[in-house]
Formats: sequence, structure tokens, C-alpha cells
Amino acid sequence: MNSLVFAVLALGGMALLAGVALAIATRVFHVEGNPVAEQIDHLLPQTQCGQCGYPGCTPYANAVADGSADVNHCVPGGERTMRAIADLMGVEPKAVEEAAAEPMVAFIREDECIGCTLCIKACPVDAIIGAPKHYHTVIADHCTGCNLCLEPCPVDCIDMLIKPELLEHWSWPLPDTERARTGLKRRSQHAQAA
Amino acid sequence: MRRLLEHIWGRKPFDGGVVLDMHKDGAQVPITDCPLPEVLIHPLKQHIGETCKPLVAVGDHVLRGQNIARSQGYVSAPVHAGTSGTVVRIEEHPVPHPSGLGMLCIFIEADGEDRRQPLGVMMTNWLQRDPAQLRERIRAAGITGLGGAGFPTFIKLLRDQRHPVNTVILNGIECEPWLTHDQRLMTERSDDIVHGLAILMHMTGADHGVIAIEDNKPEAIAAMQDAIHSWQCECEHIASTSVRLEVLPTRYPQGSEKQLIQAITGKEVPAGKLPLHVGVLCQNISSTLAIYRAITAAEPLTERVVTVSGQGMPAPANLRVRLGTPIRYVLAHCGLDQLDGMQIIHGGPMMGERLKHPEAPVVKSTTGLLLIPDDTLYAEHQPEEPCIRCGHCGDACPIRLVPNLMADLIRDQQFEQAEGYQLFDCIECGCCSYVCPSHIPLVHYFRYGKGQLAQLRQERAFAEASRQRSEQRMARLEQEKAAKAARRQKARARSKVATRTADKQQEPPA
Amino acid sequence: MMIHLSPPHHHGGDSIRANMLAVILALMPATACAVWLYGWLAVWQILTCISVCMLGEWAALRLMRRPSRLHDGSAALTGLLLALVLPAAVPWWMTVFGALFAILLGKQVYGGLGYNPFNPALSARVVLLISFPLAMTSWLIPATGSGGLDVYNAAQTLHFFFAGTLPPGLSLDGITAATPLGYTKTDALQGISIPDSLATHHYSYIDAFIGSEGGSLGETSALALLLGGIYLIARGVIRWHIPLSYLLTVALLASLSNALAPAHYAPPLFHLLAGGLMLCAFYMATDPVSSPVTARGQIVFGAGCGLITWVIRQWGGYPEGAMFAVLLMNCTVPLIDHYCRPRVYGYERRP
Repeated sequence: MNSLVFAVLALGGMALLAGVALAIATRVFHVEGNPVAEQIDHLLPQTQCGQCGYPGCTPYANAVADGSADVNHCVPGGERTMRAIADLMGVEPKAVEEAAAEPMVAFIREDECIGCTLCIKACPVDAIIGAPKHYHTVIADHCTGCNLCLEPCPVDCIDMLIKPELLEHWSWPLPDTERARTGLKRRSQHAQAA
Repeated sequence: MRRLLEHIWGRKPFDGGVVLDMHKDGAQVPITDCPLPEVLIHPLKQHIGETCKPLVAVGDHVLRGQNIARSQGYVSAPVHAGTSGTVVRIEEHPVPHPSGLGMLCIFIEADGEDRRQPLGVMMTNWLQRDPAQLRERIRAAGITGLGGAGFPTFIKLLRDQRHPVNTVILNGIECEPWLTHDQRLMTERSDDIVHGLAILMHMTGADHGVIAIEDNKPEAIAAMQDAIHSWQCECEHIASTSVRLEVLPTRYPQGSEKQLIQAITGKEVPAGKLPLHVGVLCQNISSTLAIYRAITAAEPLTERVVTVSGQGMPAPANLRVRLGTPIRYVLAHCGLDQLDGMQIIHGGPMMGERLKHPEAPVVKSTTGLLLIPDDTLYAEHQPEEPCIRCGHCGDACPIRLVPNLMADLIRDQQFEQAEGYQLFDCIECGCCSYVCPSHIPLVHYFRYGKGQLAQLRQERAFAEASRQRSEQRMARLEQEKAAKAARRQKARARSKVATRTADKQQEPPA
Repeated sequence: MMIHLSPPHHHGGDSIRANMLAVILALMPATACAVWLYGWLAVWQILTCISVCMLGEWAALRLMRRPSRLHDGSAALTGLLLALVLPAAVPWWMTVFGALFAILLGKQVYGGLGYNPFNPALSARVVLLISFPLAMTSWLIPATGSGGLDVYNAAQTLHFFFAGTLPPGLSLDGITAATPLGYTKTDALQGISIPDSLATHHYSYIDAFIGSEGGSLGETSALALLLGGIYLIARGVIRWHIPLSYLLTVALLASLSNALAPAHYAPPLFHLLAGGLMLCAFYMATDPVSSPVTARGQIVFGAGCGLITWVIRQWGGYPEGAMFAVLLMNCTVPLIDHYCRPRVYGYERRP
């Protein structure tokens, strides 16, 4: 009987101490804002394309952080972004629904442009410049390839082009060996299964 | 037993490394001229750094040595016309690069006269010249490291008060198998090389000059010894300076700058720093000769010596080739018209790249062209087997990395962890892949990992910039909305006043 | 599009097969010694082990639809190593069980060659020891001793190995004897001091060095094992770091304790020559797959093996601790590798 009382007292005391310590810690290490949402936001590609069903990258990040959205809705981010977010959230990776397309840039056929500025208003990252009644031009270095300017254009003069492969941006592919390929295949299978 | 002794007593000049079969077949073959082709092809970037901008247009007539593309940015080297003639095209063309992709090139059709345009005056009295002036001449001559890396030479010649250079090392190691062009230059043009060294010592203010040669080049050693001796007799007045020859045991990759500095001075170049931070300047033999010519003869860099050798090459050659000569033309001159079943390696076998298009031109970093039959090359690249963790790769690494653990991380796509294992300090010398019993393409994994990390960084930077632009836009829209609302309110207030007075005015539509 | 081949376009010609064959070659003196001491019995054991290991590997890879790896010699090496650490008198089915365990559960379940965290031969040895303690501690008197089985008689040994039948007049107790580590331990429990115990059993350092005393098939001859070990180091197949730090640690601990209390602690030379220490130090602890890759890590690993071996020998329940030591240290390899990386060129401190 005695030992039972001791055990209860000892465990209870420890629980109390831990509780007090936790209470103090939350006060001392309190962080303003939602750091998780911010971290997720930094992992996202910031195309602002809305393919995830949210109006931009930051809203999607907030939704993932508060648990209302899954980690696998970012299409342009692809598997790598999904993995990074899953890692951060401590959840199992899930396959991204659509395969990420090749990186694209918008291009305006200037002789057809009527200068309506509708695409300028649609661009989420201010990558199109131009004034009313003047040709508009896409700043290729700023374009995220989100396609949001295509729909508003009344004369369909915007094309999405594949980014050209430049020698400066070329990087070595994975070695072409059975072992390297099997590793990659197994990882994607794991993601699919999960 | 050698390994055991080496482990216990032997002091190696640098860590790791391997002993290779050197195949210096061309060591006895004198340097000859490669004839001028009809069209020279000059890529706009033949160095590490920024791409150059063309200074000429199609149809322009140029002279040999005329600057045809100027540097953009600090880390860059200008390009000069290889001969006199007409600019016929400026367009994309394959260049020696592992991707096999093309680059903008200037095509010059030779007029056969080969008239020169000098860089300026010949500075034969260089000892009286200001080092800054000499440095500007070297920059304008477009000289880069001719050992293969292609780093613009003038940057290394910066005089820094905080880091005085006391030793200039001439790199005559040529540790890659097959290559013999530096060895031949040391044998044939030893006096010019010593003069080039003297110029470098004058420019940096160094007291010591060291010419480092591996012990497998006895002829070059003898020639350099004579040249140093006659120079010392000639220049007794510069008493404070000393020039010596250092003969080192043959070991790959001793010709790598960091390893050579360690072998000679015992010091390590701090990570992310230049050799001048340990008071050393290291220059390649070919670059030194180019510097000598640029200063004393006012000649920009328009030619270089290239070794043509390899198992598929019956008679090895050391050729003085005009920069821009198509590689297929050089090989045809060596008697190789038929390239089927042959692989061309641009550089040495350990660090050279497989050339995908023989139409690509000879560039500043072309040290050698090795012809290797398909079967021989593929036999060197056997299928990758599982790692048995033997640790030979770590033993051979001159940087003391742990290659097998890094490759495991990269194979698992854990690039950031691999970076924590100092992935970016890898010099890609290839020793690890060379010794690996499982034929793991370690260097290939490291290049892949480095590329992926660079891409990741670039994507992150782009995303960050996009995010900022998006936020700015949001803020602007917000502001516009607020301004509109304020305007409307004001208008409403005004209209209220108006209604009170007129009493039948309608509010403006919202 | 041509595939991208990265330099170096030149390879030194080393292969897994060459490494494995070198270790097998290095084990030949010890194997010869085993045949000298245990005659045909050693031959049966070794052949059974090697063939079952290779068969197991072939079947496992076949089942997993992976290419066969028999040509690289790693399965044969595991078989040979396992045979050399088994007592001569274990029956055939135990040998087969051990060999299958080594290949299937010691190696293939982890993903095959290169992925096993533990030394396959040693893990099989420990499983056998724990499952069949009596059989695994019955040490046949070698041919150099008296009163044993006639091991040079092929038929007799074949009967003994496969059917367990002994020639008339012989009993299992009659043909087995304790090893020096065994009898010193049991004597110590009865309060007999180490020097007395060694004297009553006519212990001789020469016998221990040559190997003409009881023990596992290939572990007794320090001479044969040293010869092979030095060959491996000289050829560059293994490095000196693990064996040296292992043996030195044992020697150091034994010297210190022996100097303090000679009656309770055996002298260093006794420890070095006894049991499976030499075999473990040169062939088991140095198994590349389950040992650290960095030089510094290997020294730490060897020292850890030495410490655990000596502690088990002195205070543990088993007379010999070398194999437990190696297996325990195998668990620590990833940690050792991570923290023992060398200082990279150009950095002042280690990572």
C-alpha cells in the first residue's frame, strides 16, 4: 500500500514539475505570428498560379499550416516541394496529383497586342509591363509561368513557351546506372504508396 | 608492402592521390604547327565567369589579335581573332562542354594573309614598368589558366597589401596521363619560361620562384635547370630573389593548384580563399609563356599547344594550334579522317570531358585531345555495383572527404546533408572513382549533387523574388483600394453638402 | 541523345571480386592449419559452409529477381569465415543452419552485399552459440593432442559429421577438452589463480602461437592468421588501423590489470593468443561493409572492440567475447563514421 502511495506521489510530483516547466517555457519562448506557415511559404515556388485551389502561395501555406489543406496540392513545386513540406509538417508524403510541366514563360506576340492592360492586371508578380494602348511585354526573368494572363487576353496573343535550355543552366543528370535508377524509382513508389 | 611503409613512415607531399600509368607517349615529339583552317570559330566564353559581348558584326574585316568580344563583368577574359579575315557568321555552335549544347560563336573566314594587330607597345623593359600596367596588359590579352580550368589570369595577379606574395610557383607537373604539351614547352622554350617567371615575380613582388616538375620528365628538368642557371648569371643584380627547381615524385593530382601548394610549401589554402592568402601565386607553364609573349611581344592569346594522343592515335603529336580551329580539322591534320568507333576526350583522361561534337573548336582550355576506341572507353566505365565501404575512395581523396558517404546521401536525394560533408570542396580530380572496386561513378554523383543544389538555390532565390513582387503588388492593390475608398468618401461628403443645398442631386453610382 | 559519362575516363582495375579473393587467399594459412589440426572434419565443415552459403545466395537473389552475384566471391568468403569460427565437432545440420542464417538473415534481408550492418558470419556464429550452447562449446581435441578422434580417417569423420556416430569406445566427453580461456575462467570461479590454472593445464605460449590446442577450426593459430593479416595490409585490402588498435587495446588493458593483480588477470600475451581475438581483429572487425570507413573511425572502432572483448573475457558469462565485441561495435558504425570524419583540406577544424 505504502509503495503505491509513493509511486502516485512521485509520478504526480514529476507531472506537476513538468507542467510548470512547460507553462514557463511557452511564456519565455513565445513566438509571434505563425512560424510554420511562414516556413511553408518559403518552400513554395511562389508562382502564385492558384493551381492548388487557393488564391496564392501564402494562402495555401496558411491552409497547410492550420491543417485544412493537404501537403500535395502544389503542382509546379512537384515532388520535391511536397516532400519538403511533408518533412516540415511531420506527415507522410503523398503523391502530387498532377505531374509538374516543364518550366514555361509567357510571351506576348506584340503585333497582335491591343494594349488593353488586362494581362498586366492579372499578373500576380508584376512581370508584364506596358501602358494602355501600347504593346505589353513579359519580363522573362520575372515570369513564373502561372498561365493566369492567358484567359483575360481578349485577342489571345499570349503564348506559353518552354524555357530554352542554356549551357550556363545545364547541370549533370543522375548517373545512368541501374543502381541510381532503382533508388529513384523506389523513392517515388514509396511516395505513391503513401 | 609499399602501402604499409607509406602508411607508417612515408611522408607524402600531399594527402591521398593515386599513382597512374602515365603513357607520356608524346614526350619525345617536338611541337609542330597545325595549319590554319579556312574558318575559325571563336566561342564567346572560354573561361570561368561572364560571357563576352561581340564587338564586331557580320561582314567586318578583322586582323589577327584584334579584340572581337569584350569582357562583361570583372571575372571574364576578352576574345581575340585568331587570324585576319572576315566575320561571316555569329551564331550558335557546339563547344567543348559536357552538355553537348551550343553557344554563340564568332566565325572568321581567313583571308590567308594572317596579318597581326599588336596589343600596344612591346614592353621589353618590363622591370621598369608598373605592375598594374602589366596586369592590365595581361587582362587585355585574354589570358586564362591554360591548364584546363580557365580562370582569368589577371585576377590572380591582384596585389593585396594584406597578403603579400612571397613565392611564385610555376606548375610544370602535368600529372594527367598522355598530356605532354607543357613538358615539350619546358624542353623547347625553357628560357622564355624563366623570363615569364621573372615577370610574375616582379609583378607580385615575390622573393622566391619555384618551378615544380615531376620526376618523370628528365629532359624538361635538365632544360629548365640550364635556363635557370643562365638566367641567374644574367641577372646577378636582382640579388634578393631566388629561383629554384623542385623535382617532385610523380603522383596524381599533384598538378592541382591546392595540392601543389601543399606539396611545396606544406601549407593548405584556406577554404574559399585564393592561394595568395598563403602568400603563393601558382601559374601554369603555358599561361606563363602566354604572359611572356603578351608583355614582351604585345601578342594576345590566339594560339596554344595541344597534345593529340590516346590509344586510338597511332602517332602522338604536340601541335601549336590557332584558337578556334575545329577539332575535326586538327585530327584530320594528324591523319585521322575517320572518327567512327572513336571517342574524343577533351583534356586528360582523369578530368577531361568526352567531346560530343568534333565540329567544336579548340578553345583556351583545350589541353589535349585524346582518341580512345569506343570499347576501351566503355570498359573503363563498368556498371555500378553496391558499395562495400572499403574506404579506398577516402584514402585516395586529396581533400580528405568521405566520398562513399557523400554519394550515398546524394543517391538518396539528401543534397543538403551531402553539402554538410563539404561536397563543394570536392575538386573532381577523379581519384575516388579511379580506385573504387565497385565502379561507382562518384564524381558523377558529386556533379549531380552540386548541380541539384545550385538549381535548388536558384529556384529558392527566384521564388523569394516572386514572393516579394507578389507582396508588393498586394500592398499596391490594397493601397489603390484604400485610395479609391477615400476618394469615394470625399466625393460622398461633397455630394452630401451638395444635396443639402440642391436637395435633389443623386449620389454618384458606387 | 548520348548518355552523359562523367570523367574520370580511366579506372584502376580494382574490383569487389579481387578484394574478396584476396581475403580468401589470406585465410589459406589458417585453413591449412585447420586441416592439419582437424583433418577431414575441417574439410567437411568448410565445404558444407561454402556450398550452402553460395546456394543460399543464389536462391535468395533468384527469388528476388536480382542478378546473380556469386562471381564476386563474397558468399564464398562468408562461408569460409563461418566455417573457421565453428568448433570442429558441430553436426552438419547446425552448420547448414548457420550458413543459411548468415546469408539470408545476416545479409540478404538487409539488401544484400554492402547493406548488412552486422558481419554475417559472426552473427550466424552468435545465433548458433545462443541456440546450441553445449554443441558450440564442445571443443574437439586436435590431432596434435592425445585420445581424440582419428581425424585423418575420412570415413570415420564422415560418419561423425553427418550421423553423429563415434567409433566404439569413444564418447563425446572423451574427445573434447576445454580451451585455455575456458579453463582459466572455470578455475577462477573455484578460486584457483591464473598462473596455477595455466600450470596445471600445461599451457605453453608456443602451442598457442602455432595453434595446436583446442578452439574453433581456424582461430587457434595466431601465426597463420598474422601471416594472412599482414598480407592483406600490405596489399592494401584492409588498413592497419582496426587490427592494431584492437590488439593494442586488449594488450594494454591486460598489461595494466595483470600488473595490478597477477593472480586474477591473465598476462597480455595470453589474451592476444587466446580464443578468436586474432581472427576477429584481422578478418571480422575489418569486414569493410560493417566497419567504419575513416581512419580515425577505425581506430575508435578497434579500441571499442578491444575494450568490450577484454571486459567480457574478465567479467562476462562467456569465456570469449571477441565476436560479441565486434557485433556490438558494428551497431555504432554510422555514428562513428559521422563523427570521425577527417579535417577537410583548407579547414582549421574537423567537421
